[in-house]
Amino acid sequence: MGLPCGTHNYTYDQDMAIMRTKTHWALLVALLVLLFTFPLYSGGYLLSVANLIGITVIAAIGLNILLGYCGQLSIGHAGFIAVGAFTSAVLTNVLGLPFLVGLIAAGFMAGFIGLLFGIPSLKVKGFYLAIATIAAQFIIIWVINHLKITGGFVGIAVPYASIGGLVFDSEASMFYLIMVIAVICTFFAKNLARTRVGRAFVAIRDNDLAAEVMGINLFYYKLLAFFIGCFFAGIAGSLMAHWIGFMNAEQFSLMESILYIGMIIIGGLGTALGPILGVIFIRLMQQGMMFVAPTIEAAFPALPAGFATGLAPMLFGLIIILFLILEPRGIAHRWMLFKSAYRLWPFSY
Amino acid sequence: MATDKQVKLRIENLSLSFGGVRALIDVSLDVRDNEILAIIGPNGAGKTCILNCISGFYKPQRGEIHYNGQTITRMRPDKVAALGLARTFQNIELYTGLTTQDNLMAARHVLMKQNFLSGALYFGWAHKEEIEHRKTVEDIIDFLEIEPIRKKVVGVLPYGMRKRVELGRALALEPKVLLLDEPMAGMNLEEKEDIARFIIDVFEGQGATYPNTPVLRDGITCIILVEHDMGVVMDIADRIIVLDFGRKIAEGTPAEIKSNPEVIKAYLGQAV
Repeated sequence: MGLPCGTHNYTYDQDMAIMRTKTHWALLVALLVLLFTFPLYSGGYLLSVANLIGITVIAAIGLNILLGYCGQLSIGHAGFIAVGAFTSAVLTNVLGLPFLVGLIAAGFMAGFIGLLFGIPSLKVKGFYLAIATIAAQFIIIWVINHLKITGGFVGIAVPYASIGGLVFDSEASMFYLIMVIAVICTFFAKNLARTRVGRAFVAIRDNDLAAEVMGINLFYYKLLAFFIGCFFAGIAGSLMAHWIGFMNAEQFSLMESILYIGMIIIGGLGTALGPILGVIFIRLMQQGMMFVAPTIEAAFPALPAGFATGLAPMLFGLIIILFLILEPRGIAHRWMLFKSAYRLWPFSY
Repeated sequence: MATDKQVKLRIENLSLSFGGVRALIDVSLDVRDNEILAIIGPNGAGKTCILNCISGFYKPQRGEIHYNGQTITRMRPDKVAALGLARTFQNIELYTGLTTQDNLMAARHVLMKQNFLSGALYFGWAHKEEIEHRKTVEDIIDFLEIEPIRKKVVGVLPYGMRKRVELGRALALEPKVLLLDEPMAGMNLEEKEDIARFIIDVFEGQGATYPNTPVLRDGITCIILVEHDMGVVMDIADRIIVLDFGRKIAEGTPAEIKSNPEVIKAYLGQAV
């Protein structure tokens, strides 16, 4: 992947930097300004979609560390998000602790539960690990449904998030909270990926045999990947709980877990940009379907009842298949290709 | 080159079997300082098994392996690596999704100190450490003449280059003992000569050429080479050990091995 024209490396410091030119900095600042002024020129509905995307991005970044970098397949991600959501809900609602305590505790709780379900990864991988993590999905939801403190099948109300005197009781205020955390998470994940631990994760993904012989402790790093991945899920869960205001375990279905895997595949496994692009793509598609489905049902009365509701999962499946065939490296790879083509233009190489 | 030949790695009565298959039977050997030791033998003789036992990947049923006065038999592979034993593999086992440079950086793992928190924060400590280790990695890249593929993902590299990257990855660990499992398998003459040159250069040390990279400056004084190419083995090895069907059948200098009737029998089927 080429550098922008006229950019040269004179030090390793420059070679390792992500931001290389003034244009890069300008674009970054512009993007952040655009992001954080978004509530000023968008309405309630758009904001709520943006909030959903922000929360999903945080969880997807976690799954990307676990699956994209470390190669440990987890089909229980929604379960770990649920752990975070209910930890935060119980701590703030039942015990009356502050939001920040709930948020951090949610991350740690999900991380530790993740460790527990990550233990099979030491012996099994691939499909077998997938089955083991599906167990996490079902056990976690079952436990939440059967505990008294989490409100059982009924669910639990969650107070607004608040830091000091600041209460996040509107979509716009919640937007700022979510986006600040999402930006921090992206920053952490990107740096993690390009340093010692990130390389150890990819080494395990690409060749666990060689990784072990080259001095990487498989036991420690696989569990670390589970912990970090699930920690992010817990943070996302906590934000979700305080954003929606009411938690019921039904919100964290197996379908949601699979959706998360789909998102990071579509976005691009093992890239920093992948989870963000994938999440935006899938969440916008879901929202789009909600608009389109009634129109389709009205236009074709011959279709069986419920066809429109089934359309979203069908379309989702179709898109995953198309991506696996046409662009297995995801939207992020397309974006890289576009960038290098843009830099080379008008030459072909 | 110093003349003292202390025993660096001692293998005592090593026996390894997979069910009914006896891969190694009572093999004893010494690997000394300041020598390139070659292990040869027909396919299936157990050469790679010895390397796998040393690096902790196989757990032998009987026998012990001592390194620098420490017993490393049945030790976990990553701990063996941390002690300073690095290896290459017969069938290239690189991290295919990483670039050449990152493959080498990944091998610096045991020598780096940052953890996931300092790595995630990056600026400051982790950044400084990355640059520090990058310097060593660049010296190794320079030594192996792989600058053009520094930023290439190794999955797309041709075979000969990948073999070379794998040698670089082993060097990046700055080992005291280097285990090479058929570093020249499947190469043409020119590539073989290159690799043989690299092995000798690593063994002898490059002195002032790489003053800040100890592994290249002082060299690796103890190399174990598993190889099929007799020409190469006879030329660069100081001592040769011959295995056949899991047993050690001969040991000696290249000249002694060449005229050993047991060895000729194992290779050609009968005494000539």
